[in-house]
Amino acid sequence: MDFIAQHAVLVVSLVKIVVLLFVVMTALAYVTWFERKVVAHIQSRWGPYYVGAHGLLQPLADGVKFLFKEDVTPPGADRLMYVLAPFLALSLALTTLALIPFGPPSVQVFGQPVFIVANSSIGLLFLFAFTSIGVYGVALAGWSSNSKYPLLGGLRSSAQMISYEVSLTLSVVGVLLLAGSFSFNGIIEHQYGSVRHWHVWPQIVGFLCYITAAIAETNRVPFDLPEAETELVAGFHTEYSSFKFAMFFMAEYANMITVSCLATILFFGGWLSPFPDSWKWQLYLPGAALVLLGLYCAYDTAMQMRGFARIQFGVITLLAFVGGLVCLTPSVMPVIEGLFWFVTKVIVFLFVYVWIRGTLPRFRYDQLMSFGWKLLLPVSLVNLVATALVILLRHG
Amino acid sequence: MSVPFILFFICAAVAVLGAVLLIVAREPVHSALAVILVMMALAVLYLLLGAEFIAAVQVIVYAGAVMVLFVFVIMLLNAGVEVRTNYSKIAKYVGVPLGFFLLLEVAHWMWRSAIGTTVANGVGAVNSNAVDTAELSKLLFRDYLFPFEVTSILVLIAIVGALVLAKRDE
Repeated sequence: MDFIAQHAVLVVSLVKIVVLLFVVMTALAYVTWFERKVVAHIQSRWGPYYVGAHGLLQPLADGVKFLFKEDVTPPGADRLMYVLAPFLALSLALTTLALIPFGPPSVQVFGQPVFIVANSSIGLLFLFAFTSIGVYGVALAGWSSNSKYPLLGGLRSSAQMISYEVSLTLSVVGVLLLAGSFSFNGIIEHQYGSVRHWHVWPQIVGFLCYITAAIAETNRVPFDLPEAETELVAGFHTEYSSFKFAMFFMAEYANMITVSCLATILFFGGWLSPFPDSWKWQLYLPGAALVLLGLYCAYDTAMQMRGFARIQFGVITLLAFVGGLVCLTPSVMPVIEGLFWFVTKVIVFLFVYVWIRGTLPRFRYDQLMSFGWKLLLPVSLVNLVATALVILLRHG
Repeated sequence: MSVPFILFFICAAVAVLGAVLLIVAREPVHSALAVILVMMALAVLYLLLGAEFIAAVQVIVYAGAVMVLFVFVIMLLNAGVEVRTNYSKIAKYVGVPLGFFLLLEVAHWMWRSAIGTTVANGVGAVNSNAVDTAELSKLLFRDYLFPFEVTSILVLIAIVGALVLAKRDE
């Protein structure tokens, strides 16, 4: 204990990093499951169903498949860059998550906040620093493959990411002006109160610009031109196979999670509850939600599941019930509250992502570019100037 | 030997290594990546000095914007491997000694002004929570407004110059 007390920052940070990595890796796997399920239901299909109950073991099966595939390096590829690119993409995508506060800084262990790994006073700037060098993963993958389609995909992707990064950054500045802080916790605490104080209301234009630019930045539908399969096979990762391909895949989903977290923090009050503080019953919500989930699972286990799936779903039911009861104990309730709201909001954003994917067709490349430069950029600029003017008039 | 002190030497070595790689590499993309390596090492050095804001801006502007455009253009032109020529005679007999002379001079003045010891003592000793957005913007937009605006006009001139060069053929 003496050692831990002396090196609290180091020890607690290491533990937090390990836990965060484990949680994020699991979350990444299940975001793919979530996406396949939601898109399937949008298209009147069932989605993954056979591997585990409701296809819940499908991500595990996919991971094992990726591990055992042959790892091919195309002849004439620049070997160093070819290997470096997926590592760069994934490690940068994961690093950004260290800056995200998943809960209030008041929850502490050994004097260190539990829910954030790197509590920087300019967290937002560091996050933009990491996302801005994320382009290299894609660009280098395209260049080093020594192949036509990846090169074109890499070029498209870098052009797209550079173009939309401008609007992305500009759309966020309005929130910075309101909050007067670069720190994530500062921005969240500025929205304290209830749903009325969230930045999304004064910054609705900024939010719409942000979410559009963010989807383009993460190369997702309808802006997934870098990997438009009808034109470019699979774009920048055409030549990648096995686990290197999986790394690009994971990086894309990690970026989705980061972007959703950022939207939650900047516009939707982060780990704050949408209800005013005086409503005490909201403390019971996390536990109640888990118990309800457990009840649904119990019904499903009893009525629908057969064989192995029944045992598996039974275990999930038990976990949900136990988790729900733990969340209902008075000492755990205030700790879990912030995390509950944060995760709920992020899941809503991930759903919107998938919903958009299931709904919209892809842009044409010239449409993409003119949309970014001729509409999105001017609108976010006007939003910025208008916000600055209003703040100036109000506060002199 | 504190941890920041060791980190300083690691990052300094990486920066120098990147600078050497930039010259030695024959593939233009490799050279560009070497520059990024230098930029990142410099950003960590700024962090060690407690200048969080400068570090973040260093990465965003140089590694994230300028060098991305470099790599993009290299990819777009599909630039091949550099061709090595014989070194020019002037560079060999005048440039190399002059370079050494410059190095000696810098070393001499660093020795004299004891800047080395200040750096060694200052690394990691600066308070790291000193970044105040309001303070910084006061410096940028009040005290140093004129140099700031002049720099932006300088950048504008560069853009106009590039446009003129690109449009000349038509």
